[in-house]
Formats: sequence, C-alpha cells, structure tokens
Amino acid sequence: MSALVLDGLTKRYGSFTAVHGASLRIPHGQFVCLLGPSGCGKTTLLRMIAGLEEPSGGRLLIDDRDITATPAHKRDFGMVFQSLALFPHLSAGENIAYPLRIRGVPVDERRRRADSLLELVRLPGMGDRPVSRLSGGQRQRVAIARALALEPKLFLLDEPLSALDAKLREAMQIELKQLQRRLGITTIVVTHDQREAMTMADLVVVMSEGRIRQAAPPMEVYRRPADAFVADFIGMTNLLEGEVTVPGCASVPGGELVLDGLPPHGRALLSVRPEEVLLHPATGAGQGAAANRLSGTLSFVRDLGASVEFRIDVAGREIVALTRPQDRPLVEPGAAVIVEIPAEACVVLPPEGRAS
Amino acid sequence: MIRRAPRSLGEHAPILFPALMLVVFFVIPFGLMIAVSVARRIPGGFYEPDLVLANYERFLSAFFGGVLSFSLELAALVAAVAVGIGFPFTYRLARLPRAAQVRWLVFLLSILSLSEVIIGFAWSTLLSRTAGITNLLVAVGLMAEPQSLSPSFGALLAGMVYQAFPYTVLVLYPALARLDPALVEASRTLGASPLKAFFTVVVPAQRNTIVATLIMAFVFALGSYLLPQLLGRPQHWTLSVLITDQAIYQSNMPFAAAMAVFLVLVSLALVGLSLLFGRKEEA
Repeated sequence: MSALVLDGLTKRYGSFTAVHGASLRIPHGQFVCLLGPSGCGKTTLLRMIAGLEEPSGGRLLIDDRDITATPAHKRDFGMVFQSLALFPHLSAGENIAYPLRIRGVPVDERRRRADSLLELVRLPGMGDRPVSRLSGGQRQRVAIARALALEPKLFLLDEPLSALDAKLREAMQIELKQLQRRLGITTIVVTHDQREAMTMADLVVVMSEGRIRQAAPPMEVYRRPADAFVADFIGMTNLLEGEVTVPGCASVPGGELVLDGLPPHGRALLSVRPEEVLLHPATGAGQGAAANRLSGTLSFVRDLGASVEFRIDVAGREIVALTRPQDRPLVEPGAAVIVEIPAEACVVLPPEGRAS
Repeated sequence: MIRRAPRSLGEHAPILFPALMLVVFFVIPFGLMIAVSVARRIPGGFYEPDLVLANYERFLSAFFGGVLSFSLELAALVAAVAVGIGFPFTYRLARLPRAAQVRWLVFLLSILSLSEVIIGFAWSTLLSRTAGITNLLVAVGLMAEPQSLSPSFGALLAGMVYQAFPYTVLVLYPALARLDPALVEASRTLGASPLKAFFTVVVPAQRNTIVATLIMAFVFALGSYLLPQLLGRPQHWTLSVLITDQAIYQSNMPFAAAMAVFLVLVSLALVGLSLLFGRKEEA
C-alpha cells in the first residue's frame, strides 16, 4: 500500500534542533495538516519532505522506497510556497507549463495541459495573463495548478493561504479540500491556523518545539487532546490542575470532580472545553458542595453573536464557559454562580513536563 | 503621497540644483567639445573657431572605422565576460552568510581604489616572462619554459575584465540579494536540477538587471585608455587611446573632440536603449 513514512526525521542547525525525530505514517490520499505555532518546526519538516532541507537524521520512505537522499527535483512532489514563488518572467500559463517544459513536453501538449489545469483551478482563459496582473486569489490558484502539473505523488503546501484576507481564505480552504478529494492526492499543508486545519484535514499533526505532539483526525484532536499543549492550542480550553485524594475523585480549586480515567493518586491535569461547561445561578445554600459543581463569581460576559462567553472566577482561577444565546442563564457580572463540569466533558491529560 | 507634476518654481526647487550641476559639468563641456570638433585646425598651432566637418569625414576612413569597431567589440566582450563571471559569482555571494558577504564586498570595493595604472602594471608583471605566472606553471611541470603573455589581446581582456568586475558585482548585488530564494526552490520541486533552475529561472527573472549591467560594463570599458596601451599591442588600441593620442601628442584637438563626441553619443544611445528595455518590461 502506498504511503509516506517519516521515520525519526531530525533537523539540527548547529546546537539548535528544529525537528526532533518526527515519525509518522501517512496513508495514500490523506489530507494532512501540520499545525503549530510559528517556530515549532512544521515548515522545516515539510521542507525535509520536499527535499529542500537535508535531514540530520532519520529516513523518509514513500511506498517502501527510501528517498531520504533523493534530490528535490527527482522526487516528483508538487509544492506551493508561502510566497507562492510564481516566476515573474512567465505568464500564468507558462508558469503552469514550466515543469512540463523542464521535462521536454512538446509545446502543443504543454499548452493543452496548462489550459486544462487552469480550468481545474477555475481560471479558464487566463493563461496569457502576466503574473503581475493577477489578484491574490488568482495567483494562489496558478501556484496550485503549477504544483499539480506533473500529477505529483505528494502535494505539499507551506502556509499557502496566509496572504489572503479572511473571507477568501475560508473559500479557498473549502475549494482546496474539494480539489484534493476530487484528485485523491496525498496532501500535506503547513498552517498555524487551527480553524484551517480543522476545515481541511483528515489528519491533524500538532507540533510544538520541534516535536509531534499528536497526530489524529480533527475531532479526536479536539475532543481527546494528547496533552495540555494540544488542548490549549486547538480551540479554547479550561485547564484544571487537581489532586487525586480518593480514587476516582480529584479535588480542584473550588470543589471536587468525580470522573473516570484519573490516575490512582497524585496530581492530575484536566481539560474542559468551554462549551461543555454548564452555568447555573446560585440559588441556595448547600448546592456548591455537590460533586462536579464548583461555586464562583461571574466576572465578565461578552456576546459573540453565535454564542455567549462567560468568565467565572472560581477560587482565584478563571473558567470560561460558552453557551448558545437561547440557553443563556439569567446572571449578571458580580453574581454568585455554580459551574457544573460533567464527568464526560473532562479529558485527563498527562501531567505537564512529561515529554519535553 | 500626492503625485502630480510640479507647477510653481518652489515645487521645482529640489531638482534645480542637480539640474544646474548637470548643465555646468556636462552640458557646457559637451557643448564646448562639439564646438571644438567642428573647428579648423591650424597645423603646427592650435585651432580656430569654424564650422568644418573635415574631422568627422576623416573619422570615416577605414583605419578609424576599424579602430571604432574594435573598440566596440572589445567593450562588448569585456562586458559579456565580466557579467558572465559576475552574475553567477554575485548569485552565490548573495546566498552566503551575512559576515562573509560583507568581507567579499569590502574586498571588491578595495579593488575600486586601485587606479587603472596600478592594475595595468600589476597585470603586465603577472603575465611577464621574468616574474609571471608561467614561472609557476614551469615549477609544477606544466610548461617547458616561462613565456611572456603580455602584451596580447588576452592580457588586455583579463585586465579590463578585472577592472570592470567589481562594478558589475555592485550593480548586480542589490537585485540578486532581493531575489526570492523560493523561486529556485520552486523550480527544483518542479523537476529542474540546480543548474537548470539557474538558467530557466534566475537568469530570465533577472533579464533587466543583466541588460542594465551589460550596458554599464560596456560603457565603462569603452572609456578605458590606459590598459590597452599597457597590456595590448598597437592593433589593440581603442578609440579612447586614439583620442588621447590626438589630443595630447598630436595636438589635434578638433579631431580628438570629434571622436569624443562620437563616443559620448554611442554611450548615450546605449543608456537610452537600456531605459527603453526597462519601460517595455513595466508595461
């Protein structure tokens, strides 16, 4: 079965290690997003896959063939660069036909293929336009078409949409995903935008400080983050530090949480998504003592349109809750509230400082 | 910023000073030169104002025609070789670490401080029989006995390229330093070997810079008059050498002026050509 395998890929620059032994298996036809904050090594990893950086260690295999030492121009991978890197001396069509020209494809064939690629990226008849006369979105499409011209085994994109404005970016994300699905081509996209990753990816690879933290489908990364970094980086989350005193029960600031999957004793780190936190007005005495209910004070409310965000001060720590506007509890800032954290909403994370 | 043509005298002020300098130091001397070029020479004396075209007619003789075409060919060859070496060199230079780039640029700038005379004598020593590089070749056994390589066309070409090289690098450097390295990487991922990427992307993307640098080096080489005398044989003497010869040794100012006017016109025509090139690209 054809697959791309990263086997302990490492990149060191002097004493600085940009990528620490990245290992990953990408099945054929998958859409993979390398996601992480800037400087996490995601671009370096992509460039090693493309053959533009020489790994300091590890291997890269495609269909069980070791290509670690294969130069970039013999890999047959298409790549879209962050700057797009369209050739300024060539027209849109000539840019797309460039790889065909390098391979010595005859002129007529080149033109025909360039035209059909322009149609694929929905730019029919734009072949003669100089690159300088194209809009940002059009350039984007030309760069994509050029990278796909050789029908590559692997389609690599380095922050391809970062130069576009928000609306266009969303549209291009969906378009790119549809294009990938239609062509069935294995695709790896580098991005720092978790929304972009969630929109497009079959497999999200979260990286930080040169290491792969988690590689899983988007919803799994969201629902079951592997560690505190992933939980915090993907969307918003509440991280609660607790101490397991009785098995199955963690005491956190402001109360106790009863849930499964806790370590038998010692410290426990929990992640709770804001939309899973339930908020109740504090009505009577004794209520706050119940399990999975913490009492606090509402400190801030803001309407975000599709949702309402509440910030609650619980024993000196801030907990964020999100509700739909129609489910909004009748509480005002300053009021005493009860924060309910359902057991099934908690993800138990390994304690901080385990891996790195 | 508001972009419109300046109207009042005050708005023209910033350009007045350079314009004045240009008039004083270029237009007036050039006008004088044109005036002298049509003056009548007094044999054994100097010249008197007149309006004769004899000097330009003389210029059309086979001998001067030959010198002119040799001068143009030599300057073109020097420009081609200087850019041919300078372009790949500068391309590599612009990709070195910053500190190494600075060292190279300082070194190249220091070459600019050498006068044409020093360059000429240094090369003629380097290529001489007694102290030249052929002695090295003999020492390593590649040559039977030391030879004199200067004066010759090769020596002249080497000296002139050496002189023009730092200028070509300095003109090429800003453009090549700005070149997006992703362009070459893109062409690599699209199947081009490093050499192919250089010739199909870097060179064509920098066509305007290359043309401008060629013209600069050409005009620069056209004005060289010491090196042809120091490193070349008489048949390698350029128009600039003849101008010097006519003006200083033959005291034929009108004829020297006529040749100089012609040389300036050729230079101006080439600068105009390069501007035309630039405009075509912008359109």
